[in-house]
Amino acid sequence: MKTFVGIDLGSTTTKAVLLDEDEKVLGRGITNSRSNYDTACRVAGQEAAIDARFTLFRREFGAGQGTDEQVEAFLGALERAFRLEQFLEQLGDLEETCLEQVTGERFAKVGDGVKQALAEVFRRLREEAPGMFAPDATRKSDFFRDIAGSRYLAVAEEVAREAGLAYDLLLNVYDKSIIGVENRPPSGGLSEKFKQALERVAKEGAGLAGELLEPVERTLGIELEETYLVGTGYGRVTLPFSKEHIRSEILCHGLGAHMMYPKTRTVLDIGGQDTKGIQVDASGIVENFQMNDRCAAGCGRYLGYIADEMNMGLHELGPLAMKSGKPARINSTCTVFAGAELRDRLALGEKREDILAGLHRAIILRAMSIISRSGGIDDQFTFTGGVAKNEAAVRELKKLVLENYGEVTINIDPDSIYTGALGGAEFARRAAEGRVEGVVA
Amino acid sequence: MKITTSRTPIKEVVKDASMLKQKEMMAAHYDRLANAKENGEKVASTFVPGNLNELIMCFDLVNNLPEVNAIQSGLRRKSGSYVMEAEKAGHSEDVCTYVKSDIGMMAKGNIGPNGKKLPDPDVLLLSYTGCFTFMKWFELLREQYQCETIFLQTPYMADGKVTPNMIQYMVKQLKEDVIPKLERVSGVKFDIDRLREYLRKSARAEDDLVYILQSAKNKPSPIDAYFGGIYYVGPIFGAFRGTDDAIDFYRFLREEVDQRIAAGLGPVTPDGPMADEKYRLVVEGPPNYTNFRQFWKMFYEEGAVVVASSYSKVGGTYDFGFRHDPDRPLETLAEYCLGVYTNRSLPMRVDMLTNYMNEYEADGLLINSIKSCNSFSAGQLLIMREVEKRTGKPAAFIETDLVDPRYFSAANVKNRLESYFQMVEQKRSGSGKGVAA
Repeated sequence: MKTFVGIDLGSTTTKAVLLDEDEKVLGRGITNSRSNYDTACRVAGQEAAIDARFTLFRREFGAGQGTDEQVEAFLGALERAFRLEQFLEQLGDLEETCLEQVTGERFAKVGDGVKQALAEVFRRLREEAPGMFAPDATRKSDFFRDIAGSRYLAVAEEVAREAGLAYDLLLNVYDKSIIGVENRPPSGGLSEKFKQALERVAKEGAGLAGELLEPVERTLGIELEETYLVGTGYGRVTLPFSKEHIRSEILCHGLGAHMMYPKTRTVLDIGGQDTKGIQVDASGIVENFQMNDRCAAGCGRYLGYIADEMNMGLHELGPLAMKSGKPARINSTCTVFAGAELRDRLALGEKREDILAGLHRAIILRAMSIISRSGGIDDQFTFTGGVAKNEAAVRELKKLVLENYGEVTINIDPDSIYTGALGGAEFARRAAEGRVEGVVA
Repeated sequence: MKITTSRTPIKEVVKDASMLKQKEMMAAHYDRLANAKENGEKVASTFVPGNLNELIMCFDLVNNLPEVNAIQSGLRRKSGSYVMEAEKAGHSEDVCTYVKSDIGMMAKGNIGPNGKKLPDPDVLLLSYTGCFTFMKWFELLREQYQCETIFLQTPYMADGKVTPNMIQYMVKQLKEDVIPKLERVSGVKFDIDRLREYLRKSARAEDDLVYILQSAKNKPSPIDAYFGGIYYVGPIFGAFRGTDDAIDFYRFLREEVDQRIAAGLGPVTPDGPMADEKYRLVVEGPPNYTNFRQFWKMFYEEGAVVVASSYSKVGGTYDFGFRHDPDRPLETLAEYCLGVYTNRSLPMRVDMLTNYMNEYEADGLLINSIKSCNSFSAGQLLIMREVEKRTGKPAAFIETDLVDPRYFSAANVKNRLESYFQMVEQKRSGSGKGVAA
């Protein structure tokens, strides 16, 4: 079947969206951008293709194959099994790569010991892997580097201690390997992994595995043809795309927001390194936009920096800030100053949640200024980008919108991080139809 | 008519004959300035907006323009260190970078673009035309040089028109203050007929300048009225207005433009003649000089040509009919000062840009907002919205600086511009098509 791909190469993450001919989303994929957009692009595209398979399964099952709940339970199990297969494959790659690093003078005397230790580390990692993908398991991240990295470090420490080996050696081998592994997208064929996953699910005996096996295999037979691709975002220029395959993120976010919420007139996107205020017309065509220039103050990266400073995960900031009853008043949105501000206030005895709430407010204040420069907020207002996932930021935004613009419908889609890629995919679909917008034909 | 020079070893920069001629003129002027003291010539420092070159010439004074010096420092990549030097001396980061470049250049020996020392001014002639910073700038220069300072106040065109009172007020200042002081400093007696003669020459060159700038109404436009426009206005905004050299230059340029129109050619860019004209833009605000060529390239590479700009009117607005009038010599100087772009109120700027959008059949308005220029930046967002509303054409806003290289972020500017061009294109191709959701 024909598919249309939109890829948004952001500074932090790379997103891909696959559309079908009816403008319906088939799949979404995301990965960290690393410093390698080429790989990020391939991985995100592959992730979207995997997600698309699940959409196709759902469509295929339609009526007659058990209740919705049973189907969802089966698909849930299948996805976990698939992710596990994928994880094990990359783990295998990591092990091999680590072993290759055990050469040279440094390892002359301890080489064998290190190799044995590595074998033990990876044995344990493989052993615990199924638990990480169990139905009720929560993972801090879906990126291989994050999951495998934190577990490797913990397990290697244990193994090194037990073996009386310097932990440094194992750390060094890992550090040298992880980037290479990360930059190699999983190699095996997707269908192969799906089949292994199916077997695993069947073995575990999840309800419908028997009946659904055949339709799943049939669906896997559908070829996803990449009919047209459009790239957007910061990395777009570094990709081997020709000009017709590139749209600016402004156009893509405008169109993407329009597709999610057709009544959208104003879009706010807060991404990793920029904040955009976009005005669109009734067709999703951009009327005006403003972006932060000269300075990336008040962007997503600001929160990343704060998270590092506070030794917290990025996704933990919002929930903590939500606990604040008395947000601190913070004026600076300078990312670098924020650290100083934070330490100063902590030293003064202010509560972490109050400071965090203040920092979230500061970001949104800056965004409000950018929006007002682009022409203010018109009903409906759609908030997108990674920061739209942060409940504390959303809370401050809602307050400030109400104060400044009155009652406005505020749309936040749980998949808002894919807005740019969605717009890109729609541009791809239109381009394939011969409608070329935003590019001089 | 194209002559190729090889100034940089990496890549040949293409300039047309008029650009080379302009460069020679500017070089000759800088040499004259450098040798002024040796040749017994006195020097008047003044500013481009409200530059009374004809009057200055009546007293045998050589015209020195600190902003143009700053621009030259910017183009030659010297301004960065000058700006830092001025900051070291206590000037804030937010001060106009023309000022800081000038102050820094003085602190580092006041070496001009030709590598020779610029002369100390004998008189500072400030015709104040809306930019408050100029006043502060000359206060600093007065402190430095301890020379005569003359202040000609131009009433701001708050109500959008020139009244007889305004003219009388300015003529009175000219007669009672400016001219007597210039006589005293120069030792030359004022001769009104000499002034008339210069004014007559000014008007001739101005006719050709207007013809050249308005040639951008052609499709394709034979000129770029912003980047190219800066070369074109150089002589007439500086020390050449009222001279035969200016008459010759603008006649020469006019012929060059005529040839391009006849051949259906677009502007000449540093990379050679521009290919297809895809976007016709009106630009508001000064350019960036530290990355001038790189900035220009972001336009012509995308097929964007600037058909009209407000910046090419800072040293005089001629396209609405004003010419220096030898029959009303002092009044005409007053009218000239009143009409420069920086002296025009916000509604007048909006009218002017809207007019350009329509007259030049532009696809959109682009505002280059200068970090350190309050005079231009105040009200630019409002201007943008209003022009957008009146013309229905898309507008965009980018931010750079005049001569402070720290505020030119090429990747960001390029990203904004590309987004903008695509937005123009999308509006062009997408509007009215009823794009389905």
